[in-house]
Amino acid sequence: MWEFCQTDGSLDLFGWLVTARISIFIEVIDMITPTTQFTSTSTMGVYEPIHQISMWDDTFGGTISPNTDVCIITQADAKLDDKCEYASDRSLEPAEDNQTAKSIRDKVQRRLAQNREAARKSRLRKKAYVQQLETSRLKLAQLELELERARHQGLLIGGATANMGLCGNVNSGIAAFEMEYGHWMEEQQRKNSDLRNVLQSPIADVELRLLVEDVLEHYCNLFRMKRDASRADAFYLVFGMWRTPVEQFFLWIGGFQPSELISVVMPQLENLTDQQLAEVRNLQHSCQQAEDALSQGMEKLRQTLAQSITTLAAGAGSYSSQVVSTMEKLESLESFVQQADHLREQTLRRMSCILTMRQAAKGLLAFGEYFQRLRALGSLWAASPRKFT
Amino acid sequence: MHYQTESWNSDHKPTKSSSSSVITDPLAHIERLASDNAVVIFSMSTCCMCHAIKRLFCGMGVNPTVYELDEDPISGKEIEKALILLMGVSSVPVVFIGGKLVGAMDRVLASHINGTLVPLLKQAGALWL
Repeated sequence: MWEFCQTDGSLDLFGWLVTARISIFIEVIDMITPTTQFTSTSTMGVYEPIHQISMWDDTFGGTISPNTDVCIITQADAKLDDKCEYASDRSLEPAEDNQTAKSIRDKVQRRLAQNREAARKSRLRKKAYVQQLETSRLKLAQLELELERARHQGLLIGGATANMGLCGNVNSGIAAFEMEYGHWMEEQQRKNSDLRNVLQSPIADVELRLLVEDVLEHYCNLFRMKRDASRADAFYLVFGMWRTPVEQFFLWIGGFQPSELISVVMPQLENLTDQQLAEVRNLQHSCQQAEDALSQGMEKLRQTLAQSITTLAAGAGSYSSQVVSTMEKLESLESFVQQADHLREQTLRRMSCILTMRQAAKGLLAFGEYFQRLRALGSLWAASPRKFT
Repeated sequence: MHYQTESWNSDHKPTKSSSSSVITDPLAHIERLASDNAVVIFSMSTCCMCHAIKRLFCGMGVNPTVYELDEDPISGKEIEKALILLMGVSSVPVVFIGGKLVGAMDRVLASHINGTLVPLLKQAGALWL
């Protein structure tokens, strides 16, 4: 109804005239019904010209030559005469016009009120988010301070107190990761919805590509976060400590197993050419070989560590060369986590190269949904009571 | 997989002072070693990532030539330093195929996933069919 408003809220001549006509009706109603609502025009920019409209009769009545621009004036003029007649005859109420004008007024009022409410809610949401960020920042600073203190007091190295340090989650790098992961998951859900919506409508490949690239980039963000966190605590990453136990059951070196990803996604894809099928098979084979190699490297790490532990002299000091060399071996776990994530990233990119844009989008959606369901199952399991028989 | 131990010192002149560096140009030495065989891996016996990369090539049916730098008392350290200069970060594992540098584990994995590793190996004569 209000489409004749120009984008900057101003009215062109036609708009002005139509508005004027409506304003006249309303002014007439105001004369009949003793309401003063309409006189305050400040909240409704649309009705600014009303001051001029009351002069209409005097200005335009009968002196304008009929042409396309002003034909409406004469029409409205005629109508105005009719209405004025009605107005003077107080026994008759132009019921239809009364209701139309009133409903228009109500609709406009309602919409403006909704806008105000939405804006208010948005401001409150923003305020709450900023406050949450502030408190998180403070908490992070606090944790870092505690970590420094603990380090100085030598609480984190050696002896029984090492466990206390770990359980207390004094590691600020990990605390930061957990918070970021929460945000990452929320963003991931949003992107899954976007993929779902986009796949239901016919969309150009160019736009699909943008979305696919965006989703891939989001996974790369996760791998970057994990790389930073693995410097803080590689074991936390390897065991997926931020995940539910059901998810941990499927973990391979801190994340999904690329060859398994391919098995999950393939049944969801349609219309693959023979060449595509062959390339996917090759990819899966290469993934398996790479996974085997990294797994064997991890096994070798366990063996050398076991050997190292048996040769540790009882009561060796924290800084003895044996302990130091063993600790260095433990550090190499970090590089395994990084290579595993690197393999995941390469596999995702290669899949999106082999597949068409639409297939890739479908594949990414299937992948995203799989993990959403897995996480949901994990949460359900964690929350449900155990049966003891 | 075959390990080179003594033969790679055969082109060095024997010197009386064992503490002085035997290799005048470590990078050229590395290049020479790399071009001697189809697949050359510079490794360390204690490094688990090196173990992983060896298993990867063996799993593909390749027979790489491995130089364990920690088992070479003479030039091991020199080569290790040169590799750090070459690679920027860690020294091992480093892979050469057909005399050309491929890189560390991440480059090898990336090239395997995008399908360029197998053709490279075939070209160097390390893989048949």
